[in-house]
Amino acid sequence: MAAVSALEIHALAKSYDGKPAVSGLDLTVRPGEFYALLGPNGAGKTTTLRMVTGLLKPDSGAISVWGVDALNDPIAAKRLIAWVPDEPMIYDKLTPLEYVAFVAGLWGVEGAEAEREAEALIDLVGLTAQKHQRCEGLSKGMRQKVALCGALVHAPKLIILDEPLTGLDASSSRLVKDVLKARVAAGATVIMTTHILEVAERMADRIGVIAGGRLMAEGTFDELRERAGHAGSTLEEVFLEIVAGSEVAA
Amino acid sequence: MTELSASPMERKEVRRHRFKPLSFGWFAAHEARLAWREFLFIMSGGRKDASWGRTIWALVFLGLLHWGAWYVLGVYAPFPSEPTPHFLMVLSVSGFFAWTLMLAQALEQVTRVIYARADLDLIMSSPAPMARVLGLRIFISAISTTLMAGMLLIPVIDAMAIVDGPRWLMAYGVLFAGGATAATVSIGVSLMLLKLTGVKRTRTIAQVLAAIIGAGFTIGAQVVGILSMGSSQRMAVFDLLEDEGRLPALGSLIWWPARAASGELLPLIAVMSLSLALLVAAIGVSARRFGAYAGAFTDAPQGQVVNRRRTIAIFKPRSVAGHLRVKELTLLKRDPWLLSQTLMQILYLIPPALLLWTNTGTSTGVALVLAPVLTMAAGQLAGGLAWLTLSGEDAPELIATAPVASGTALRAKVEAVFIAVALPVTPLLLGFALVAPLSALTTLVFIALATGGATVIQFLFRKSAKRSHFRRRQTASRIATFTEAFGSIGWAGAAALTVTGSLLWTAIPMALAVGCVGLAFLLRPRG
Repeated sequence: MAAVSALEIHALAKSYDGKPAVSGLDLTVRPGEFYALLGPNGAGKTTTLRMVTGLLKPDSGAISVWGVDALNDPIAAKRLIAWVPDEPMIYDKLTPLEYVAFVAGLWGVEGAEAEREAEALIDLVGLTAQKHQRCEGLSKGMRQKVALCGALVHAPKLIILDEPLTGLDASSSRLVKDVLKARVAAGATVIMTTHILEVAERMADRIGVIAGGRLMAEGTFDELRERAGHAGSTLEEVFLEIVAGSEVAA
Repeated sequence: MTELSASPMERKEVRRHRFKPLSFGWFAAHEARLAWREFLFIMSGGRKDASWGRTIWALVFLGLLHWGAWYVLGVYAPFPSEPTPHFLMVLSVSGFFAWTLMLAQALEQVTRVIYARADLDLIMSSPAPMARVLGLRIFISAISTTLMAGMLLIPVIDAMAIVDGPRWLMAYGVLFAGGATAATVSIGVSLMLLKLTGVKRTRTIAQVLAAIIGAGFTIGAQVVGILSMGSSQRMAVFDLLEDEGRLPALGSLIWWPARAASGELLPLIAVMSLSLALLVAAIGVSARRFGAYAGAFTDAPQGQVVNRRRTIAIFKPRSVAGHLRVKELTLLKRDPWLLSQTLMQILYLIPPALLLWTNTGTSTGVALVLAPVLTMAAGQLAGGLAWLTLSGEDAPELIATAPVASGTALRAKVEAVFIAVALPVTPLLLGFALVAPLSALTTLVFIALATGGATVIQFLFRKSAKRSHFRRRQTASRIATFTEAFGSIGWAGAAALTVTGSLLWTAIPMALAVGCVGLAFLLRPRG
């Protein structure tokens, strides 16, 4: 029996006012993988991920999360997923600890377990001093860390992040990357969109390049480099070549 | 190139560069443009498309207001040929009532000068003279306070001019003077609050104070009336001063604003000059201090520390709906806007509470007052609360991506609204039950209906927004605002008629209330 994929997308399509944002996308992410989804602005990355998380309803296609049909049983799929958007979605009037406790409650993690996990995560991201302070006073980086704590408190099997490093300083960015690496090492799967190609190059097990709502290329960094025919090139050069190729084809 | 020979685009460009950058005129043009667009936003309900239909409706509405004011003044307000102390007293007290509303608005506008961060950081980081910018903003807030009050008073002033002669048009000058003095007092109050309570707390305190001032005079007049005469008539305060022997003489300076409004030139010049001079002086003295406070607000850490003992409760095992309810109630409790709005509703409950207290042991008249007031207050409060919980969700994606059925989340939010409405209403309802148990029970039913009706309307018009946009909720949908208001009036009327035993007539206001919900359903945004 074939192993279940962490995420399997088949023939996914979504249009806005007749203009296709995602067109027949097929994508498979393996369990325990760090997957980077790259693409130019408007390529359909965020739309794809929002459909996976249940925020958008696709026009057609299928989405399976760890074998759960996300379109037919969204609640079961959501239990396995954590979503971290580029703009942290937290409550200004709650403290970081209250926020993480609330998210834990939403995912059914309660009592001593929730408290232990919340405290540990807040300590891990360096917000111990701010844990009883309302979030309205926190910087963008701190807010992003709070959102990350909320996303991780229920030990998700699939962590989806949309541009999580935007606006973070070097140390915060490093911390987020370390936390994600640790989660992957512990068996979780991470899918991340980023415009910082260096991050994808260093962290991702596999990289998918999406343009015009379609998957244009996929593989490890070396496989992509090989495909582009530039043995010593950087991911930036490979990416630009793939995207340029997709524009010519379009 | 002369302006006459230039194209429209070029003329626009010339106008844009008419003022030297950083000059007073340049800032004034910028501020006036922002204030005008804000005014248009409020008037249009945030819609960008301008239409003749909407303009015609606005004119028809204004015409109706003028007709109403003309009718009421023509029938009920006899104008004496020569002013008497009694007439001047009625005019002054009415003017003071309008002025307290202006003061409430000015207080909020003036404090916004240092708390509205939209472009303040940009200006503070520029070489622009901060005192000049803030001084100008305070002046604009006085103008905007005048304009907003003018929206209510223009029909009255025009109607007075129609009924009793064009001399009443001079009341526009007094209106401006009222805006200027309200802004002056607000500057003083804001500076005092900033000094006494610090830059972090002043905004909330000013909002609460504005709510108290806005409602205070009306409620105070009622309270005085109830305690002295057992009546809750709004004009009771006038009756207390009925004896003209207690009033100052006709030549007293205290009557000058009223005499200015009624067309006397010398008092008008004096009132306008004095108020303008006071405002300019207040701005001159305060602008630099406001600049310092604006800087301090930028530097100050904003996050308030929350009592650590709460951490025990937040991890307490409860259902998903329970977690959602606790979250909603915590956010409602910590919302300064809600605090001021709730306070306003509670303040309006003071006169009926006093009536209840003074009539303990008798149910005559109590039910007639308490039933509609409690129902109305609950409906209005529920509308605001429902907007905050249903539309003002700061993390909609978090809730949408959580493994929670949308019905469960919605139910928890609605339950939070009912709980929050019950908190201020229950003590009064219990007191009511001691006097008239059956009427109290009937009122409870209408409170539930009014709360439910307002919540349904907010549900039909829900639109994702930040909680901080609460003050704009009434401009976001005029239909929701009007159906919510008329629905509450309908439920209140039905409650009053039911407790007085007029069951047959109850059907009319109930039909109005149900019709409002139905209308909201038909006109709800689609898609």
